[in-house]
Amino acid sequence: MKHLRMMKMTLAMVVLMVPAIALSAPVTVNWWHAHGGALGERVNGICEGFNKSQAQYQVVPTYKGNYADTMNAGIAAFRAKTPPHILQVFEVGTATMMAAKGAIKPVYEVMKESGLPFDPGIYLPTVTGYYTTADGRMISMPFNSSTPVLYYNVDMFKKAGLDPDKPPVTWLTMGEIAKKLVAAGASQYGFSSAWNGWIHIENLSAWHNVPIGTKANGFAGLDASYTFNGPVQVKHIQQLADWQKDKVFVYGGRTNVGNAKFSSGEVAMYTESSAGYAGFKSTCKFEFRTSMLPYWPDVKGAPQNTIIGGASLWVLKGHKPDEYKGVAAFFNYLSKPEVQAEWHQGTGYLPITLAAYELSKKQGFYEKNPGTETALKQMTLNKPTENSKGLRFGDHAKTREIMDNEFEAIFAGQKTAKQGLDDAVKAGNDLLRKFEKANK
Amino acid sequence: MEKRVVFRNNVLPYILVAPQIVITLVFFIWPASQALLQSFLQEDAFGTSSAFIWFDNFADIFTSEEYLGSFRVTLVFSLAVAGSALSVALLLAVMADRALRGATIYKTLIIWPYAVAPVVAGVLWFFLFNPTVGMVTFFLKSVGIAWNHTLNGPQAMTLVVIAAAWREVSYNFLFFLAGLQAIPHSFIEAAAIDGAGPWRRFWTIVFPLLSPTAFFLIVVNIVYAFFDTFGVIHAITRGGPNYATNILVYKVFNDGFINLDLGGSAAQSVVLMIVVIALTVVQFRFIERKVHY
Repeated sequence: MKHLRMMKMTLAMVVLMVPAIALSAPVTVNWWHAHGGALGERVNGICEGFNKSQAQYQVVPTYKGNYADTMNAGIAAFRAKTPPHILQVFEVGTATMMAAKGAIKPVYEVMKESGLPFDPGIYLPTVTGYYTTADGRMISMPFNSSTPVLYYNVDMFKKAGLDPDKPPVTWLTMGEIAKKLVAAGASQYGFSSAWNGWIHIENLSAWHNVPIGTKANGFAGLDASYTFNGPVQVKHIQQLADWQKDKVFVYGGRTNVGNAKFSSGEVAMYTESSAGYAGFKSTCKFEFRTSMLPYWPDVKGAPQNTIIGGASLWVLKGHKPDEYKGVAAFFNYLSKPEVQAEWHQGTGYLPITLAAYELSKKQGFYEKNPGTETALKQMTLNKPTENSKGLRFGDHAKTREIMDNEFEAIFAGQKTAKQGLDDAVKAGNDLLRKFEKANK
Repeated sequence: MEKRVVFRNNVLPYILVAPQIVITLVFFIWPASQALLQSFLQEDAFGTSSAFIWFDNFADIFTSEEYLGSFRVTLVFSLAVAGSALSVALLLAVMADRALRGATIYKTLIIWPYAVAPVVAGVLWFFLFNPTVGMVTFFLKSVGIAWNHTLNGPQAMTLVVIAAAWREVSYNFLFFLAGLQAIPHSFIEAAAIDGAGPWRRFWTIVFPLLSPTAFFLIVVNIVYAFFDTFGVIHAITRGGPNYATNILVYKVFNDGFINLDLGGSAAQSVVLMIVVIALTVVQFRFIERKVHY
């Protein structure tokens, strides 16, 4: 008898509580991202800010490891029919995500269905260009974007009797300055680089307004092929290889493991993502500055503008309409100038809206932190062309690996730049054809 | 007289082997069959479209220069890892077996590396040999060796072999030491009285008696080198420079889990599985004959 009464009471309590829960519980939106450590704290901060700004939705950020891990986790979850609402995917995964039409919900669609105001015109075109369709509709929301810039060691410039206010503007002066630095004993080598494929092929091409591939760098269709074995690219890479003899250039390894060459003072100049600024700030025991990437003056149309790297936020299918409304509300919050400006200033990533750029200017951020505006100037130098809007090739992460391997063959003297890039294009095109077949 | 144990109960033997069968089914047969199925499919990463393409994935990998090169690299890598891990461990075990003082400290220190995860081991060696800030690189430089495994293929191979074998030495050491301690001392004493020196004693008495252990370790080490070393490669070289350390199992991991080509990766893993099964059969058919139990 006694436990029957208990059961009744419990039942009554549950019945009473259900409407209360339904009324108060916000709709949950899951966001899987790839930012650990200090950046992860910033991501959590953004979500907290959004959750406090309204009571309807609750964004829950979850750190899923590096970019590849996060993408894999999202794919596995989609296959198991429990996808997150928002998945962060690195820029080379863009074509893979776009091709998976049954898995993704384009951002323009999410925004339209939500009925919330959405103006694609407020975003920086060189940033959003990477993530829009050929006719300009936004497929994924840019989140963390960066572009490569030249870092240089001011102390070493002074030691070699060079003017630190005059960093190299062209690759020709780059070679001259590097030789002076080495001759004066200021540094062991002139310069090195992180992310060689991204910087010395993809950005080099955009910066000189030459294509990386056909079909508007892959934007216009899956039947595109690579063409980065053109004269500009071959000349540049061959020059890097030749410069090794004079200690003007030294290969820094894959990804950004070469960063230690700059922070330890082995090289005086270094090309690396603008997002590497914070890292150098904490590891370099000398004054350094940034300037725009050098260009070849004999190439017509150079300098054009550089392209981005980083990641964007994709919305996955398989959720309820009011959850998508939450996603839309969150994207609007994320695009607010003050949210963007804080993210940009705290991380070195580019702001995604013009308003955030203006706000940072007004706050005097760039005056207080010289060098942080270089990336933005470089991105917005000219109106992007078909060659400098970005790139969209299937399986491009693998093509970057192919480039790395060929660079190593070239820099070790086993192949000429022409041979290496020809081989890379051939292997890359095999991948593209395979990708095309799989995503018909 | 029948030597074997005979079960009178018909059900009991099945119950007794059931746990092992279940484990094999769940952790080997099922995933292996999934890999086999996947190797005949062409799928996009999300699995929204899937087509049965027979042997196209296999045709793709066997016409790929990168893949065929990977076979060569794997052969060198696996032999070097298994060979160095076994010989160094044997040497250390023989020394430890003789040590009179501090034997426990010595043994403990040698066993330690086994507790380190392969990726962590990889990162450790990566820092020691870093061309810019590595300690070992610094010492090598002072004796006139320019170390740069980011461009020098043979150096990169040497580094990943050291990193992969280092951990395995501990494991082999344990088994060799146990094997050595199981050899009756009277055999060795008798040989010594007959005038055999340490070198002779080792090769005619100790080594043959150690052969079951050595055989077991050869099989385990080859399987380790073939299957378990992608973490080391990923942490140190990512298959580079210019494919110099691009071993088969790293390619399976990289193509499948990093580059999301599941069909191609599955086809590679099926080939790898066949290779290792074949190697194991060969070892049991031919090498085991020389083993004295």
